[in-house]
Order: sequence, then structure tokens, then C-alpha cells
Amino acid sequence: MEVFKIPIGPQHPALHEPISLRMTLEGEIIKDADLRLGYNHRGVEKLAESKTYIQNLYLTERICGICSFSHSTCYTQGVEKLMELQVPKRGLYVRTLVCELERVHSHLLWLGVAGQEAGFESFFMYTWRDREVVMDILEIISGNRVHYAMNTMGGVRRDIDEQQKKKILDSLDLLRKRTEYYLNIGASEPTFVARITGVGKLPRQQAIDLCAVGPTLRASGVAMDVRKDDPYAVYDEVPFDVCTADSCDVLGRVVVRVKELLQSYKIIEFLLKNLPEGPVKVKAPRKVKEGEVFSRYEAPRGENVHYIKSNGTDKPERLKVRAPTLANYPATIAMLKNGFIADIPLIFAAIDPCICCAERLVQLDDSRNGSSRLVRFSELRRLAIDRHKKTGKIKKDSAWPF
Amino acid sequence: MAILKPILYIVVYPGLIFLLIYATFCEWVDRKLYARMQNRYGPLHTGRAGILQPVADIIKLLAKEDIVPEKADKGWFSALPVFALAVVATAALYLPVWHYDATKISFNSFPGDLIVVAYLLSLPTLIFFLAGWHSTNFFSTIGGVRVLTMLFGYEVPLFLALLSPAILADSWRILDIAQFFQANPLLLPANTIGFFIAVIALQAKLERVPFDIPHAETEIVGGALTEYSGKKLAFFRLLTDIEMVVGSGLIAAVFLGGFPGGLWWGLFHFVWKTLLIIFLLAAMRAAMSRIRIDQMINFSWRYLAPLGVLQILIAIVLKGTLK
Repeated sequence: MEVFKIPIGPQHPALHEPISLRMTLEGEIIKDADLRLGYNHRGVEKLAESKTYIQNLYLTERICGICSFSHSTCYTQGVEKLMELQVPKRGLYVRTLVCELERVHSHLLWLGVAGQEAGFESFFMYTWRDREVVMDILEIISGNRVHYAMNTMGGVRRDIDEQQKKKILDSLDLLRKRTEYYLNIGASEPTFVARITGVGKLPRQQAIDLCAVGPTLRASGVAMDVRKDDPYAVYDEVPFDVCTADSCDVLGRVVVRVKELLQSYKIIEFLLKNLPEGPVKVKAPRKVKEGEVFSRYEAPRGENVHYIKSNGTDKPERLKVRAPTLANYPATIAMLKNGFIADIPLIFAAIDPCICCAERLVQLDDSRNGSSRLVRFSELRRLAIDRHKKTGKIKKDSAWPF
Repeated sequence: MAILKPILYIVVYPGLIFLLIYATFCEWVDRKLYARMQNRYGPLHTGRAGILQPVADIIKLLAKEDIVPEKADKGWFSALPVFALAVVATAALYLPVWHYDATKISFNSFPGDLIVVAYLLSLPTLIFFLAGWHSTNFFSTIGGVRVLTMLFGYEVPLFLALLSPAILADSWRILDIAQFFQANPLLLPANTIGFFIAVIALQAKLERVPFDIPHAETEIVGGALTEYSGKKLAFFRLLTDIEMVVGSGLIAAVFLGGFPGGLWWGLFHFVWKTLLIIFLLAAMRAAMSRIRIDQMINFSWRYLAPLGVLQILIAIVLKGTLK
């Protein structure tokens, strides 16, 4: 059979952000997959170097639209460590609460996306309707639906009162009931299960070798979770289980995420019922002592890592962000091989990709002679103008030469 | 009058004008049902309860830019939508909605018209394949091949299912089959298996969930119709709507006892019976997820085709005992 290549992306209905998956196909079967990044570089890390620690809070929050709190918490925890701040217990409890609420909202969103990618639109509509409940809770707590702006150096910016507590607990009952229903559908609807069982196999050893993180890793039977292995905030006080699955496929990833939802409800309930009294934040200094720190955080998508280096001023010398999606790319390529075309969106969606978060500077090496080349923006502009001059379609007095 | 009636039949009712209006109405019903099953509202603003939304969609598409890809075969690319629409609109004429004298043979009702309708309803599938092939786009080609692959899955079960009422009624004429079951309504439940096979096959023919494999948007963008836009896409949209009406009309005529009672009662029966089938189609669409092409072929040959044979056996045995 003839071998041919099809491009999935950078613009494709299955992708919500630009990335290029180049598939080599033999009929309906994928023989080889290649992944190209670099369509959405935003220069976040460079920008962070020119802003103060407080300003960077808002910047890191905007690295991702879904796990915004993950990035800001990861960053805040790192800076607090550098500042040697002792965050009050109540502040940590509220922070953990928002972390878990964000996990709930992210996992519900992902369930919908999985349904949509599998062509199960009703599932998508139902999960996204229930996601609104979590969004409302987050709005009650922080006043915002997406960028909560809750974190600050030395604690959180807003407290929770009794009335809010009651409202959250009430909504939690509804969410728990709905999630059990989804677990039932996701694991028993025949067409949906037929679509996701055995798809995107990632054996346990391969998952470890390829450094997969988060639910992708846990669905391969590896109980690895930063919340348990290296507890931050108050996770060492909260009772919860690390959810795993042994099927190593997309079904396992669905099951792991739904089980994590149920665990999150347990954590939220515990946090609200055991909320200690006291202040939610302490005053933080503007300048940070010289040093470097490595901060780990279990985002809904997996382990999120920030590296911060300070030089004694009020601005960081370097901020390095490794979003969980980036760690899952090598595993994705391995999972895609020998699958069907129909499985591409499912396998890719199963890592819960957040492409913009993972975009850093991309440098392409020439595989033939090993040389690499960096192109400056001015050169890119020149190339673009040259190209348009060649096609001869520029109007002489147009304001914008492109 | 003798000349006027066929013209009315072809142009007004149940011909082109009625078909266009009723097809858009059916699309609205389908969308609304689907939306309500998903906890949404569906179309709301165009006309009362969004009833004009399908019309508005088609008018919008007609006004859009119409692009023919440079590498596409221009003649085929432009001719196929018109041809496809003509084929299904022709198929609609054979539905015994407002029939002539049942004893006489006329242009729209003759022994063997069941085969003609089944054939005319298979043609759009071939046209989808050709449309995909002539677009010369990778996604279109894959979509076109998937359309043909699916055809081999559902077509045989559908024909087997249609065969059983024909055996019972001892006729290849849709009108005769309908009248047979109107006279013997107690025999209708004997075709239950065939009815459900036919509904599932119709769902596959219309390429809707769980059989929307040929245009699975998250995999191959628009499938065979990826390169189509503007007027041509509008024609294909209309084609799918009309195919839904004709397909459910055929199932209603063959399995649900047809549309007795002349012009007005016939219309009433036509509407409620097709809407019932559209309800089933919408429910199926809402309750399931898309399956893979190999699973679809497996399903139709492992379950649908044997069940179709079983249905024929039931019909033959029943016919033998009745005699």
C-alpha cells in the first residue's frame, strides 16, 4: 500500500492550539509520527526577567488559561522559599483549596474534550455544563472564573467566610453525584469504551523511560504524584489516595482522571471542615536574597516545574518554566505509532495538551551536518518582505507592507 | 387535469417545493431534539423557536464565496452537488404519499420501484466518494475511501431488511407493500428486527453519529467535502436533509404501513411517521460516540447482516404458515 504523509495542524479542528503533527500513513494506519513545536512562542521567560517578583505573579498566572493557578502557585512557592517566608496555615489551606478546585475544573473540561474528540458530543455538553458549578465556586472564592489572582508572596489575597464554605459544600454534593455518573458512562457506554480501550498503549516501563508525567503516567500503573512524593502546601496533612490504572490506554487515562475528581472532592471537603483560624498572609519583602530554587507542583496535567534564580534584586535573574505537556510529548509520539488515523485526536487529547504553556524557544538542528542556526526577528522581517516582493502583490502606498 | 396533476406532483407536492420545505423543517426538528437531549436549547432566534434556522443557514451558504481548488477536476467538482441533489429529489417521487389509482401503473409507482428507490438512495454515497476523489485533498481522499468502505458495511443489511416486508406482501411495489400492511396491521410486528436494522443503516447512510466516520472532523477535517464551500456545500447540505426525509419516508412506507387516506390524511401520516423515525435517529445520535471504521464494518457484518437474514427467515416461515 502506498505510504503518504498528512499534516495534522498547525490548523486542524482537533487541535485547539497550533502544533504540527506530521503523520506518515499506510492506509488508515500510522507508521510514523513527527511533532513540530514553535508556532506560539510568547517569550514569557525573557519577559519575567524584566519584571519584579510581584509583577511576575500576574505573568506566571497567564502562562496557562486552564491551570493558571498551578503556574502561579509553583512560582510563589519557589519565591517564598527564597524569601524564607513562613506562610500561615489558613493561607496554605485556602491555597490548597483553590488548587483542588482548579483540578476539578480542569479534569471536567478534559472529560468533555475527550468526548468531543471521540465524537461523543452529548458527553461534552454534560460535563461542560457541570463544570460551570466549579467555575461558580471559584468565582465565589476569588471573584474570577479563570485567572483567580489569589496568590501573593506569603499567602493568599482573599479569605473564605462561613457562608462561602456552606455554598461550596452544597455544590460539592451535586458534583460528586454527577462525577459518579460520568465514571459509569465513561466505563460502560459501549461505543465510547470501544473507541478508547487498547488505544494509545503506553506500557509501564516505557512510560517511566520516556518521563511521562501526571495522569498519563498514572494510567500506566505508576503511582507517582508530587502531592504525595514531595508534599507542598498542606498535602502532608490531607488524607487522599493516588489514583492509578493498569490498562495503560486512553480508557485508563479517563478512569484515572475521574477517580482523581472524586479524590479532589474528598480533599476539598476535608480542607473546608478543618480550616484553621488565623491570618491568610504575612508581609513579604520586596527584594529576594541571592540564590536559586527548584519548585515542583502537581498540576492537573502532571508535574509542573519552575526554576527561579535570584541575584539579590527585586527582579529574578532567570525563570525557567517546564509545563507538564512538554514532558509528555515523547510519550505521545510513542503512543501514536501503529495506531489508526481515528485515534490521533484521542491519543493526543489524552495527555491533555496545553501547547502554549509548553512553547519555549525552538532551535532546529540540521540532521545532516549537525549545524544549527538562529534567526533574528529583523531577518525574519526581511525574508517576509523579500518573499512578498517576489510575488509582486504589494501595493505601493499601503500602510502595512504585508 | 391529467397533465396538471403530474406537474403538480413533481414540482409542488410531494415534489421539489414540499421536499425543500419539509427537509429544512426536519433538520430543525432533528437539531432541536438533539439539542434538548444534550441539555441545550438548539436554534432559538430565527423564526419562531428557530424554525427558520436551517433555511437561514442554506441562504448564508449560498451567498458565501465559492472556491474550486486549483488541482481539482473542475467539471466533476461542480457537477457532482447538482447531480446528487437531483438523484435524491427524484427518489422522493416514488414515496406513495399522494398516490394515484393503486390498480394502475404510473410513472411514480410501478412494480420494482422499491429497488429503484434503494438504488437512488445509494447513489449519493458514490457521489460523495467521487467528490472526495476529485478534490485531490488528502483529507478528502481518505474521507471518500471511508464513504465507500462504509457502503459495503450497511448496504447489504439495509437491502436484506427491505426484502422481508416485500416477501410478506409478495410485491416489489412500495404502494402494494404499504396497502398490504394497512389491510393486515397485525403482521407489522413481524418486521420489528428489520425496522431497527433499516433505521441503523439509514443512520449510517446519513453519516451521523455513531457512523459519522467519513467526515469525522477531529480526524480528517471535513472528510470528502473538505474542499467544498459556498453554493456547492449548500447543495450537499440540502442533499443530506432530503436524504433524511426520503430515507425515513421509505422506512415508514415499508415498515410502518405507509400513508393511507389520500392527500390530507396521507400528509398527516407521512409527517408523524417520518418524525418518529427522525426522533429515533436523533436519540441514537445523542446517546453514542463515533466508532472506528473497522468497528463499523465488524458490527454490520457480525450483527446486522445475520439479523437481516434472520428477519428474512421469519418472513418466509410466517408466509408459509399463513398460507
